[in-house]
Amino acid sequence: MQGPRGAISTIAIGTQVSPSGLAVRLTNRDRLIRRVLKKPMMIAGVIVVLVWVLLAVLAPQIAPYDPIDQDVTHRLESPSAAHWLGVDELGRDVFSRVLYGGRVSLPVAGAVVAVATIFGTLFGGIAGFAGEWVDGLAMRLVDVVLAFPSLILAMAIAAALGPSIQNSMLALLLVWWPPYARLARGQVLALKTREYVTAARGLGLPEFQILLRHVLPNSFAPLLVMMTMDFGTAIIITAALSFLGLGAVPPTPEWGALVAEGRELTSQWWISTVPGVAIFMVAMATNFIGDGLRDIVDPRLR
Amino acid sequence: MGVYIARRLVLAAVAMVGLTVITFVVSHAVPADPIVANLGQQASQRPEIVAAFRAKWGLDKPPHQQYLTFLRGLVVGDLGVSINTRRSVSKDLAQFLPATMELSTMAILFAIAVGLPLGVFSALYRDGPIDHLARLVSLIGVSIPIFWLATVSLVVFYAALNLAPGPGRLGPQIGAPPRVTGFYLIDALLAGDMVTFGSALTHLILPALVLSSSVMGLVTRVTRSSMLEVLSQDFMRTARAKGLAGSTVVVRHALRNALIPTVTVLGLAFGGLLSGAVMTETIFAWPGLGRYAFEAAVSNDFPSIMGVTFVIALMYVLANLAVDLLYGVLDPQIRYS
Repeated sequence: MQGPRGAISTIAIGTQVSPSGLAVRLTNRDRLIRRVLKKPMMIAGVIVVLVWVLLAVLAPQIAPYDPIDQDVTHRLESPSAAHWLGVDELGRDVFSRVLYGGRVSLPVAGAVVAVATIFGTLFGGIAGFAGEWVDGLAMRLVDVVLAFPSLILAMAIAAALGPSIQNSMLALLLVWWPPYARLARGQVLALKTREYVTAARGLGLPEFQILLRHVLPNSFAPLLVMMTMDFGTAIIITAALSFLGLGAVPPTPEWGALVAEGRELTSQWWISTVPGVAIFMVAMATNFIGDGLRDIVDPRLR
Repeated sequence: MGVYIARRLVLAAVAMVGLTVITFVVSHAVPADPIVANLGQQASQRPEIVAAFRAKWGLDKPPHQQYLTFLRGLVVGDLGVSINTRRSVSKDLAQFLPATMELSTMAILFAIAVGLPLGVFSALYRDGPIDHLARLVSLIGVSIPIFWLATVSLVVFYAALNLAPGPGRLGPQIGAPPRVTGFYLIDALLAGDMVTFGSALTHLILPALVLSSSVMGLVTRVTRSSMLEVLSQDFMRTARAKGLAGSTVVVRHALRNALIPTVTVLGLAFGGLLSGAVMTETIFAWPGLGRYAFEAAVSNDFPSIMGVTFVIALMYVLANLAVDLLYGVLDPQIRYS
């Protein structure tokens, strides 16, 4: 049902635009598609991310074994037809665990980036829009949080809250938002003297509405680039916390925790290698997408 | 210039006070109980032990007094006593900091040695094979999880190929050189002990390479893009037109101007390097600040966490101050005001 409803609403919006306006929209979209098609690395990145998302979503259907089911008779078996990517120390199927791991790592990283973006953008946006002492105070706070060694601060928070996925997310959020605040503030400072802002003010719109409806949407492009590239980093740092024992608790299959499980087992290379490759692939793919997006939205590079 | 440095130092001091406040609030606002973490389940059941523990570490005083005690100590260089090691935090830091500094300095040297030439050549031969290699290096650098790289490289180069020595700073039969700087390489040289020097050097290479991976990618990427920008400017054409040799133009005219963003990135990368050091040191059994911070965090050792965070943030602020001052050396057009 989702698809047809979406299509209808697009048509509905399209019919409200004047014929010439519709033509411009279409050519813009054509140009965008053409530019995307010129970026094979970006397309490859999108495919890799989509494949991992699909694997994570469909894990219960495609995983050959239960991810936490222990079968000690097969423990530490190397990759075979029965266990494509081998078996870990407790007799669990590595392939199944990595598939299920995506169901933890991907949404956690996504949530961290999304909430950090929303909070950071509002924080920096309000600071830049208000200006004067509000701006000064807000940016000093950003500076102070940025000067912190972020992983060490997150580590301290996560350790103090007690190891769990939720707590590691909270810890990451507390250190993740400042770069977004800084970027949004810069964008807002550049945009707030534009004529359409003056016009909106002249129409008597409330300040907060001007910020939300007119200024922030126009600074979305660089934020999107940053979010994309950041997603890979978020996966790596979430995994790092779990690796240190401050995130996902056993037996939860999370990619960083999976790497840690195989850390001491040097002759069973597959246990740490496979989840590590998963993290690496997704992080690299998001960088490809981010690079491509930046080339597309940054007019200086066109 | 003097006024500028003074103002930067004042701003840095203000930032440091902010840092101590945030560290303190964070470490006390969280519902963690250092008593259970340090006394263990059994001892924490007995009220007289708990009361003695609280009194000993000042945990029975209200938070603002605990903070003031911390600040007062800070002024005279006293960071309190670590609950974990039962030693003064400043002593702990003095012991563990050199190991981390040695490791990160080596990592930065690796990053510059590889990243700078790679960035320069990839800009000179844009879209050529070197350029593709540079892009790959910088992409791998930002995408690879450092804890995984550390684990895998230890498995491959130590366990499987036996090319690198095992974890730690020295081989099992070798004692630490007499302590002068805490940098084993320098101390071994000062003592004229080449065996120790060799062991320290071989133990340093693999963890430093692992740690440098992300900075290397960053240096390559930034050098490349700033070189590209400089190369397209008018003065480059002028320099070539007046008959200067190609290498002179590249080094004296282009690279010097392109270095500013690279230096900035190195300053900023310093913070990331210390985060990476937590991973690298934990995996390579490197007795540095990163491992110390990890152990302090896991056992809710507040004085140590605050000490480590404070020292690392101090180094970060100073590194960025140094970067700002370096601008003036690299580009005389920049004036401090």
